[in-house]
Amino acid sequence: MKKVLALTLVLVMLAALVGCGKKEAAAVSTDGSTSMEKVINILGEAFVENNKDVKFTYNPTGSGSGITAVKEGRCDIGLSSRALKEEEESSGLVGTVLAYDGIAIIVNPENPVADLSVEQIAKMYTGEITNWKDVGGEDREIVLIGREAGSGTRDGFETITKTKDTCKYRQELTSTGDVITTVSQNPNAIGYASLSAVKDNIKALTVNGVAPTEATVKDGSYSVQRPFVLVTMKDKKLSKTAQEFFDYVTSPEVNDLIASAGVVSAN
Amino acid sequence: MQRKHNLLENTIHGIFLLMGLVTVGFVLLISIYLIISGIPAIAEIGFFKFMFGKVWASTHSTNPQFGILPFILSSIYGTAGAIVLGVPIGFFASVYLSKMASPKVKSVITSAVSLLAGIPSVVYGLVGMLVLVPGIRNILNIADGASLLAAILVLTVMILPSIIKVSITALDAVPREYEDASLALGATPVETYFRVSVPAAKSGIAAAIVLGVGRAIGEATAVMMVAGNAPNMPSLLQSVRFLTTAVASEMSYAGEGLQRQALFSIALVLFLFIMLINAVLNFFIKKDKEE
Repeated sequence: MKKVLALTLVLVMLAALVGCGKKEAAAVSTDGSTSMEKVINILGEAFVENNKDVKFTYNPTGSGSGITAVKEGRCDIGLSSRALKEEEESSGLVGTVLAYDGIAIIVNPENPVADLSVEQIAKMYTGEITNWKDVGGEDREIVLIGREAGSGTRDGFETITKTKDTCKYRQELTSTGDVITTVSQNPNAIGYASLSAVKDNIKALTVNGVAPTEATVKDGSYSVQRPFVLVTMKDKKLSKTAQEFFDYVTSPEVNDLIASAGVVSAN
Repeated sequence: MQRKHNLLENTIHGIFLLMGLVTVGFVLLISIYLIISGIPAIAEIGFFKFMFGKVWASTHSTNPQFGILPFILSSIYGTAGAIVLGVPIGFFASVYLSKMASPKVKSVITSAVSLLAGIPSVVYGLVGMLVLVPGIRNILNIADGASLLAAILVLTVMILPSIIKVSITALDAVPREYEDASLALGATPVETYFRVSVPAAKSGIAAAIVLGVGRAIGEATAVMMVAGNAPNMPSLLQSVRFLTTAVASEMSYAGEGLQRQALFSIALVLFLFIMLINAVLNFFIKKDKEE
């Protein structure tokens, strides 16, 4: 009896081993922007769900490192949260926009200000403008609400408004929800939050006269936004699995998944 | 039969010993881990620059700075403020509950205090964020209410249960004879409580205060929601960042590298503070037992 059992076990193990050997090492590796972590992980998980034997990896290094990694062939797809520069494109890289990260500038509904220019926003956040009356509002001190160091939204906002390292935050909160709650409680406050998180208890400002909506973010007329770009090599074919992944994430069927990461799908 | 019995005893003894060792093991593991991961950043930044630097700009693209003096001072001021406000309230409340209150009143209030102890800190934070912070802004007529003051007020409420419960236990343990003797000598009840009962329970009350200090200095969630978290040097009406919130707020996004290591170093500093407080607490408890 025992012998039979042992024999079966050995057979099962052997079968498992053979099975392992047969599988081809299917993998997709991505590398780059930390701001894209959420969206790429959601997409990666969904892809692996459908293709059980594929190994998906994401290496959070930053847009610049991601672009270099593709160029040096260290990953299949690079992730960049900015458009490719001209010299990068001429060096044989191709950027495909996956999604747009729109950032809404929010104030308290009591605040009469409805529109700001990007320059005004930058001046407010760097402390050059400190009173709402200088931008057409009431005589109130401006309270700057931001996100904590390292947050993707903060990085996006500061990059777009060119205020990196110079923002004089009154509060640095650790979640979009906290920012929205705080702004909804304080008529002096201004904050920024991912477009998808905007609710009725706060007012999203128009920037340079354009209201933040999915449509204006997508067509580029709303200026506080940045693209999330998939970077590949022009002359180098992707591996079969990587190509499948690329086609999958740029297909319209993943729009809901992309939206769940708080960004606007480009396709 | 006897041998079997002994075997059972020994096994149970062994299991209990193992349980005890597991706890010790965790403490050791955490301490060693914190020390190992906290030292490199301090070494790289420099001890004095780290402990006494006034600027924290961990993600600055060209010149990141890691000075935690603002966090240390905010933590100390915040805790001290909570103690200054909380200890008188807690102390008088516990004298009242232990000595003067009728049993009915005592049972109602002590269950309220226990309930207060059971409220999760995120709830304190939420109420602070939605009620206290706007309240401070409106009453003091300042631009924003998220401040050291808001943190102090929230911490005051949070440390009350620890102070009251431990003090009551200490006061209840004062032998009845002491008070009877004092009353028989003609002292009024209030004189008796403050001249006889309180001095007799003083180590226990001191332990209660130290426990409150520990609770206040270790609190992160509630403070993070009301203090604003800007790494300013502390000032009562300014947004501040505590040691705890400094770790908690940046940890989720901190990539590998000096920023993350520096957060571990902050945790190590906090850990040392709490060890110190525990040592003081043990001192008082030991003294209490000796008396």
